[in-house]
This record gives sequence, C-alpha cells and structure tokens, in this order.
Amino acid sequence: MIKVENLTKRYGGVPAIENLNFEVAKGEIVGFLGPNGAGKSTTMKILTGYLPATSGRASIAGYDVFSQSLDARRRLGYLPENTPLYTDMRVGEYLRYRAKLKGVPSSKVRERVGDVLELCSLRDRERTMIRDLSKGYRQRVGLADALVHDPELLILDEPTIGLDPNQIRQVRELIKNLGGKRTVLISTHILPEVEMMCSRVIVIHKGQIRASDTAENLLKNHRALGAMRLEARVPASTGAEALQSVSGVKDVTTEADGDWSVFQLRLDANADPGEEIWRLARDRGWDVREMTRRRSTLEDVFVDLTHSDS
Amino acid sequence: MTAFLTLLGREIKSFFYSPIAYVVLFYFLLLSGFNFYFQISILNGYPTEFTVVEVFFMPALFWFPFILSFPLITMRVYSEEFRMGTLETLTTAPVTDWQVVLAKFAGVVFFYVILWAPSLLSFVCFKYLTGHEAAAAAGSYWGTYLLLFLMGLFYISIGCLASAMTKDQINAATISFTTITLLLFLGFLSDVVGITDPTLKEMNSYISAVEHMRDFSKGIIDSRPIVWYLSMTALMTFLTLQVFQYRKWKA
Repeated sequence: MIKVENLTKRYGGVPAIENLNFEVAKGEIVGFLGPNGAGKSTTMKILTGYLPATSGRASIAGYDVFSQSLDARRRLGYLPENTPLYTDMRVGEYLRYRAKLKGVPSSKVRERVGDVLELCSLRDRERTMIRDLSKGYRQRVGLADALVHDPELLILDEPTIGLDPNQIRQVRELIKNLGGKRTVLISTHILPEVEMMCSRVIVIHKGQIRASDTAENLLKNHRALGAMRLEARVPASTGAEALQSVSGVKDVTTEADGDWSVFQLRLDANADPGEEIWRLARDRGWDVREMTRRRSTLEDVFVDLTHSDS
Repeated sequence: MTAFLTLLGREIKSFFYSPIAYVVLFYFLLLSGFNFYFQISILNGYPTEFTVVEVFFMPALFWFPFILSFPLITMRVYSEEFRMGTLETLTTAPVTDWQVVLAKFAGVVFFYVILWAPSLLSFVCFKYLTGHEAAAAAGSYWGTYLLLFLMGLFYISIGCLASAMTKDQINAATISFTTITLLLFLGFLSDVVGITDPTLKEMNSYISAVEHMRDFSKGIIDSRPIVWYLSMTALMTFLTLQVFQYRKWKA
C-alpha cells in the first residue's frame, strides 16, 4: 500500500530524513515511533503530498505521491498533527464540505457523513460550531474528516494527543476496528498504545529507520531483555557474589534494607535464570521475601534504539 | 469541477461566517448612498454637462472606499489558512493548486459583485423619482459597471497575491492597500508633475484608472484598458499560484 524508496528530505541542507526505505502492506496497522524531531511528521507530510521530497520516491497504492499526487491523495485520509480545522463552521457542515471536496458523490455525502459522525461519536455535536468544541472533540472531527471518503489508507499523526484516557481508549478501539479492511500508518509517542493497536512497528531516529518489526519480535531481540529483583536475608556481598556466578546474569547491584538485601539483576538476552536462582537460594538457606521478573517493555526497546549516541 | 465548486462555495460562505462581510457591506452602502445624495445635491445647484453616473464615479468619495474595500475583502483569503494550519488539510485533499487559487479568487470576485450590485439601485430610484435617466445612454451604465468589474478583478488579484505572501492579515492588507493606492496615484502623475512628453503621457493614461473611468462612464468602451486589466489579473493570479506553492513547500 505504501512504498518508500531512498526517501530524503533536507531543510536548507539539514537532513530531516535520510534514505528512508520501508513498505506497508494492505491491511496492516503500522506504528511509526520516534522521538520528537525524528522525522515522523516529515515522512507523513511527504506521503500525503504536502511536502515534496528532496530525493527518492514514495508511492501509495502504486501511485507516485509527487507525479500522480491527485490519485494518491484520493486514496488516503490524513489527520495532521494538531488537527487544523475551519473553526467557523459547524461539525456536520464541515464534514459535508470535506466529503464533497474529496470526491464523495453528492448522493452519498449525507450517508457517509452520518456514518462517520456515528463512528466517531459526534452525533450530538453535529450542529456545534467547531470553535466551541473541546480538544478531544476536535480530534474526533479530524478523524471523521480523515475517514469520510472511505479511504484505503489512513495516515494519522499523533491521533491521541490531548485526549483524556477514556477518549484515548475510544480512538484506539476505533483504529483497531479499521484494521484488516484499511491500512493505517500511525505516529505516536505512547508506547503501550502501539503494542495494543499495531501489527508492526517502525522505529525512526535522526531520520533513519532503526527497526521495523512486530512489537513482539522487537522485544524478543532486544539485547537488555530483562531484569530480576530478589530480596533475601543474606549479607549483600555474599549474595552478590553467589548470584554473579549464575549463568545468564549480567551484573548485580545491591541495596541494603535492614537485614535484608535487595538485589537488582540484569540478564543476558534470552536468558531465563529464574529457576537456578531459586535453587541457589534454597540450597544456601536464604530467606526470600520477593523474587520478581521484570520483562523489558517496548519503552526499553525504544529508549535503547533511539538513545542519542547509539 | 466539483472540487472547484465545493471550494468556491466554502470561500463565498466563509465571508458570511465572519462579521467582516456585514460590516463592510453596511459601511460601503452607507458611503455610496451618501456619495450619491451629495452629488445629486451639487448637480441640483447649477447646470452641468455631466450625467449622474459620471459624477457618482468621479469624486474621492467614490475612489476612497473603493480602494479601501480590496484589502478588507482579500486580506484573510490565504493568511487565515496559513495561520490556522488548514492549508495542510486543504492541500492534501485531492484538489489541484490551480483549483484552490482560482476558487479563492472567484470567491472574492463574487463578494465584490454583491458589494456593488446595490449601487445600481440608486440609479433605478433616481429614474423612478425624477423621471430622468441618471445617464443619457445605456452605454454609460454598461461601460461604468464593466470597468468597475475589470478594475475589481485586477485589484482583487493584487489583494490575493498579498494575502498569499503572509500569514498576518494586517500585513496582507498593508501590502495590497499600498500597492493599489500607488497604482491609482500613478494615474494622477501626469497632472501633478506636469509631464509634457507625449509618449510618457500616453503610457500614463494607459494605466490611469481615473482616466479609464472618465471614458467608460461616458460610454466610451476602449479595448486597451480591457486588455490591461485582464492581462494584469492573469499575471497576478499566476504569481499568486507561484507564491502559494512556494509557501506550501517551504512549510
């Protein structure tokens, strides 16, 4: 659905994205991750035909976004960052205008607008002026606009920013339900969101792709895979020495808490030394009051991949 | 075509979403009504060779609000889109830049026509009340309103260009007001400076709006001003497209 080849964009010589290559297949929901200024919005703006690329090519459904821009644009719904809207129009009126502009036949406009009003829970706000809407409602109007011509591809730039937890949940459900039928490219900072919604994650940093895989695989392959915490009644130094010898333990840090010691273990990739540690504690007669495994989260992967020096 | 008409519809409606349209319409009517009344009172005083139409379109009371109306009706056309960020939703919809530029231009022209249409009523009323034609011949009406329309096209295209250059409406208004005023004053130049060189004088009269009005309101429809206004409008609109695309891609 989306094909990006060697895409580069420079602003006055400074590269925003450099030699980007990726593809998104039909029906995928792809999360586009990266710190602020990584080039997410720039990439999206090029895909929607808003900005021209400095070099490289990008196409949507086989249509080049530059030379066949109109055909490409007809197939996509775009929600820009900050959701710009005509604040002097009413919700229903705005959506009807946008539907017509995007080529929905006039006989279908009413029906389509009704559908998206329903889908984005905007029915009761149809006659409200957009300037009187709260941030959350505006976001939904933007989303309704992106959906109104029933596009094959949705490009959403931070769709849940500024929403409250309930609204975020609604939008998330909405996007999840769009998958399969439509292709979605969504940028966000909110990592749990990506794990919940996206079938694949593209991590971009300093204009380059750092990773492109399912959230699951990213976690599996992440080198600082996990950590463990053990609280036992044993002198810190003795304990640390013993734990260090367990295979799969990378390093141990200790912290005293009365006669208890708290051990923080960092583990090697894919190591699972839990059983052995438990046996060690039993054999040596340590009293254990807590033993927990902390799995690395997408956040660890994200921080690791986009750490500025990596 | 549907996209163009949809855009045009939004442009026309957007005038009436804000109070600007009503305020401009109100004061414009007030001023032109006063101008009409004032000129007739003068005409009543002594015999003259001018018709009512001619005197209506000659004095500063006509030219001043006329010039002032263009910055007011064009300043927000592009600036507002830049400022609100709606340029992004507008240009990522399947519409061409030409459609956007022409729809915005046509939208203002439409409002301009609405602005001027009621002034015709003054002349109708005059005829109804006095039994005299305000102008001796139909050509005088045709000529005057044709020229009014042509000048409108040109000055609106200047206003649109100014608005496309900045996201600040005040800046846009200042640029267009200054440009249009300068253009108008260029027309007086030969009188003020006392140019005697015939070539310069002819060039000057070629672009002098005041002189065009003098001819057209007598019913003398000269093709040179028509070509001048239409070609300048085309040039300004073309430049507007260039500026619009430049700003869009620089964003």
